[in-house]
Amino acid sequence: MHTTQSTYMEKQATQTTCFSGSKAVIETLLREGVDTIFGYPGGTIMPVYDALYDYQNRLNHILVRHEQGAIHAAQGYARVSGKPGVCIVTSGPGATNTVTGLADALMDSTPIVLISGQVGSNFLGTDAFQETNFVGITQAVTKWNCQVRRAADIPGAIAKAFYIAQSGRPGPVVIDITKDAQQEMAEYHYQKVDFIRSYNPTPAIDREQIAQAAKLINLSRKPLALIGQGVILGRAEKELLAFLHKSGIPAASTLLGLSAIPSDHPQWVGMLGMHGNYAPNIKNKECDLLIAIGMRFDDRVTGKVDEFGINAKIIHLEIDPAEINKIVYADVPVIGNVKETLPLLTERIARNSHEEWIAEFNACYNVEYQEIIEPALFPTGKHIRMGEVVHQVSEAYRHDAVLVTDVGQQQMMASRYFRFKHSRSMVTSGGLGTMGFGLPAAIGAKIGAPQREVCLFVGDGGFQMNLQELGTIHQSRIPVKIVLLNNNFLGMVRQWQDLFFDKRYSFTTMNNPDFGLIAQGNGIAYQCVEKREDLPTAIQRMKNHPGAYLLEVRVEAEENVFPMVPAGAAVSDIRLE
Amino acid sequence: MNKEYIITAFSENKVGLLNQITTVFICRDINIDSLTTSESSIPGIHKFTIIVHTDPEKIEKLVKQIEKKVDVLKAFVFTPDEVVQQEIALYKVNRSQSVEKLVREQHVRILEICDEYIVLEKTGHKEETQALFELLKPYGVQQFVRSGQIAIIKSKRELLNEYLKEREETLKA
Repeated sequence: MHTTQSTYMEKQATQTTCFSGSKAVIETLLREGVDTIFGYPGGTIMPVYDALYDYQNRLNHILVRHEQGAIHAAQGYARVSGKPGVCIVTSGPGATNTVTGLADALMDSTPIVLISGQVGSNFLGTDAFQETNFVGITQAVTKWNCQVRRAADIPGAIAKAFYIAQSGRPGPVVIDITKDAQQEMAEYHYQKVDFIRSYNPTPAIDREQIAQAAKLINLSRKPLALIGQGVILGRAEKELLAFLHKSGIPAASTLLGLSAIPSDHPQWVGMLGMHGNYAPNIKNKECDLLIAIGMRFDDRVTGKVDEFGINAKIIHLEIDPAEINKIVYADVPVIGNVKETLPLLTERIARNSHEEWIAEFNACYNVEYQEIIEPALFPTGKHIRMGEVVHQVSEAYRHDAVLVTDVGQQQMMASRYFRFKHSRSMVTSGGLGTMGFGLPAAIGAKIGAPQREVCLFVGDGGFQMNLQELGTIHQSRIPVKIVLLNNNFLGMVRQWQDLFFDKRYSFTTMNNPDFGLIAQGNGIAYQCVEKREDLPTAIQRMKNHPGAYLLEVRVEAEENVFPMVPAGAAVSDIRLE
Repeated sequence: MNKEYIITAFSENKVGLLNQITTVFICRDINIDSLTTSESSIPGIHKFTIIVHTDPEKIEKLVKQIEKKVDVLKAFVFTPDEVVQQEIALYKVNRSQSVEKLVREQHVRILEICDEYIVLEKTGHKEETQALFELLKPYGVQQFVRSGQIAIIKSKRELLNEYLKEREETLKA
């Protein structure tokens, strides 16, 4: 066996290997370390699918039910595993169905490599069957894209795609391959890409910036660290903890920064933003220094920009130079991967503790606890509230599950009340706010972290936006736990109608189908809970069930998410009711 | 306060680059006054010269977004005093004695002349090519076309070359 293997290897090394373009696609994916593909076959990608037939023991292909499902699943996979998510789709509608996911991945810096089929090169520009100008369409929603028309160019293009998707600030990349390039035979040459002349993903670190930042930190009396997803993407969780440990500075997370730091960390003061915690919003005005670590000052975090950190200097640690001064002026920008810049900063700062300052945050937390959190988690009213479900599910999994959310009220409730022990435990559509993201993303997350429990929180609106993916769960036997918080409303829009549109509930009422029958039709275990006393047992049953599970919880119809920073208001004007 | 800026961007020679660059302007609702593109002095590298009127804050963000494109090597922004800029204009004018007199007085170059019309060329700043157009207008201008501005940077430093050198060193390391 050993001899045969080594002879084969020698042959590989000395002989020129000639592959079809489609085989070159698969071979290159394997060399890039790909183990899972999310995809859907169709006319112009059929040669690649034919090649895939011979690789079923080496590549796990998940057949989704809609291409949007493929790309969101790839996003979920990428977010929990730290590896790029890979999708294969056909041309025309197959390709355009992924556009929302590409836009979502670009906004949330998720590494995705999408391979799309394209009509034969002699048909390009002729309005051929299932032809769209996919490179043109996706220019605005990708980090990079290209079309390949020759088999010989396939390995190079894919290698480049993987490098671009993962390096610097990660993002989605599209490789559009014409059908004839997939069928053509060509010599196969693969070389890993780690340099592109026009692209510098790791700009040199400026020591002067570090020194200035350290000086500001040492002078500050009321500093606050703002933790973004850059910490997770840069794999800088330990470096962050070391920085916080030495500086004693309180830290709050953005939505996508959640789970970068354990929820029980004594310096962690909660989530920023429109529905974030009271303390980090209300104290924003008082801070004399904000240290933004791998975050981009989304408008849901800043509220009214002119009043954000109005008394604070701002240090912005960021890998993407285009983010510096984009929204908020940085007194000291620190460009680079936070994994490298944070330790340099930690070295230069004085050991400190901000006990009194943190105590002020804790006092604010107590106000929020009494006014908001306690009634949300331990309600006494007739109806089940969203927060208590999130809290009980998080507890049942000992705060160690991967949380996936859809978009809307359940997203905010889940991100407020789910707790985290480990990094890469939070998958949500932050920047784009894509309803329908949750279900497919949960599929991808489970495949990306098979050893972990994956819990999806989804509303009745978003669930139905990619409901077809229950079929994927059924076919591929993916044991995700789905908690459907059903209020028969498009809850977040209804909340805004309630607060800002005189309660005119314009088209936000949902007359929903029987979710039990839908679950049953897909072979998925199901329970519906309407009474509070049934909830703990139902959650245990879901947890103990080995396969996929849909737990529908009928929640209070018109519950609003609070606290809330009204759109356009300063974050310190956060409302508790 | 809107002012004139000259953006020069250098990119790899790749299909669709123009679209990638103009997209940056579209989503920020910034109108391009003029845009020229051609191969630079370095084979394989294309140079874009883009003229816009906008404010200082927007221009800084815009140029960063252009440079963020993977296939763009470098993008720089200059004010008019930092560059030498010119554009070429062509005019197809009805032929008459008075036009020929004007052409001689203005020292305008004649590219083609026939029984019905004269084709004229003028190189200069936009104001100069526009001024000639206004002068010729009464005589019947059949066609008028401007090339868009091209610019040479006055600075003694050759910023693109510095970038390429730096990248080459990174590659060696």
